[in-house]
Amino acid sequence: MKPVSAALAACATVITLAASAALAAGPMDGAIKARQGLMDNLAFNLGVLGGMAKGAMPYDQSAAQAAAGNIVTLTTLNEGAYWPKGSDNGAVEGTHALPAIWDKPDAFMGHMKDLHDAAVKMQEAAGTDLSAVQGAMKGVGGACGGCHKQFRAPSN
Amino acid sequence: MGRLLMLLAGLVAAGLVAFWVITAPDPLPDDAMAGLKGDASRGELVFWAGGCASCHADPQAKGADQLKLGGGQRLESAFGTFLTPNISPDPTHGIGAWTLHDFADAMLRGIRKDGAHLYPAFPYSSYDKMTKGDVADLWAYLRTLPPVATPSQPHELSFPFSIRRLVGGYNFLFVSTDWVVTGDLTPVEERGRYLVEAVSHCGQCHTPRNALGGMQTGRWLAGAANPDGKGRIPNITPAALSWSRADIVAYLSTGLTPEFDSAGGHMAYVVENMGHLPKSDVEAIAAYLKKVPPMK
Repeated sequence: MKPVSAALAACATVITLAASAALAAGPMDGAIKARQGLMDNLAFNLGVLGGMAKGAMPYDQSAAQAAAGNIVTLTTLNEGAYWPKGSDNGAVEGTHALPAIWDKPDAFMGHMKDLHDAAVKMQEAAGTDLSAVQGAMKGVGGACGGCHKQFRAPSN
Repeated sequence: MGRLLMLLAGLVAAGLVAFWVITAPDPLPDDAMAGLKGDASRGELVFWAGGCASCHADPQAKGADQLKLGGGQRLESAFGTFLTPNISPDPTHGIGAWTLHDFADAMLRGIRKDGAHLYPAFPYSSYDKMTKGDVADLWAYLRTLPPVATPSQPHELSFPFSIRRLVGGYNFLFVSTDWVVTGDLTPVEERGRYLVEAVSHCGQCHTPRNALGGMQTGRWLAGAANPDGKGRIPNITPAALSWSRADIVAYLSTGLTPEFDSAGGHMAYVVENMGHLPKSDVEAIAAYLKKVPPMK
């Protein structure tokens, strides 16, 4: 291949890649990434409490309180902009959010409130003792599942 | 008439008789439940272990509303859509006019009060391994629940699945009261087997089915297509589920996986139900799952 045509071919490749990247980056990606990041943060902090609850790590009051406090904080975010209309799994790639979220916004918000309430109870439990943490896990897990059973599509 | 024709007619008649015999409903003996007095408080545990509310209550129901068993959920399948019936104690629209014996025929033989087959969307092919005592306890508990005056809706099935009599053939081919996992089991593992294979009917979703809808017990709990057509139900044999017993117990108690993701879809209902059971039962399920033959 001549140098010029090699350069042209390289340019064409770059343009094609840029174009496909632009196509892939939809207008909903930021919101989807933000809410998935929020879920990851919840899971990370729950991991500390759940690890203690099932005996995978020893109960540590200050670590438990820190994790539970973070979960409470995460559940107080205003998530309005995280869930734009048209960011469901039928409309865009890369999300498991079901359209039902936008059909039943009150039920969806109710589950958010359930999680917040369960997190507040966990915060109290975290400062008490291990068995209180174990008791509060069911409430937090139940709040996660309560929403996911109706509003999240299975992962495959 | 030629001899050949006579022979053919004879064969057809014999075939029809065989079909009629094989597909006939097979109810319990009249005295099967005689002398059994159910205990409603024990029955409440059977109720949650059996997951009755997950199909017979409103899917949005919370708390006490989960005990209103008016039915009406739509269960999509390859054979059509099943609509779960009203099983509340309402005498007209529910099963308030049934006797314990009628109920036991439904649970243990898959037959409804009028003697016709129930469709296997109702998991009698697991419940048939339950003890009569548990059936009586569950019946006593169901009698205490609020009546709901919602009529049951007819199923929406395509021909030939709309012919109830054919379910007899299904039962003949695929339904058995034998345990799938046999051999040396500890009492805890046996309790787990009773819950997984009978009452909690885990195999109904986690075991793949053949073209006629029969469970492929040779691939017990090895994962299956979701009956509603969306996604897959995971393989929970030891070949795929590497969780420790403590992880399984934590998951069934809280709905949280070892990665602290949560159960979704129908499994979230199962976890809610399991939350009503004593921890020893959840531990028994975990112990049993470790004894299931590994399947890739």
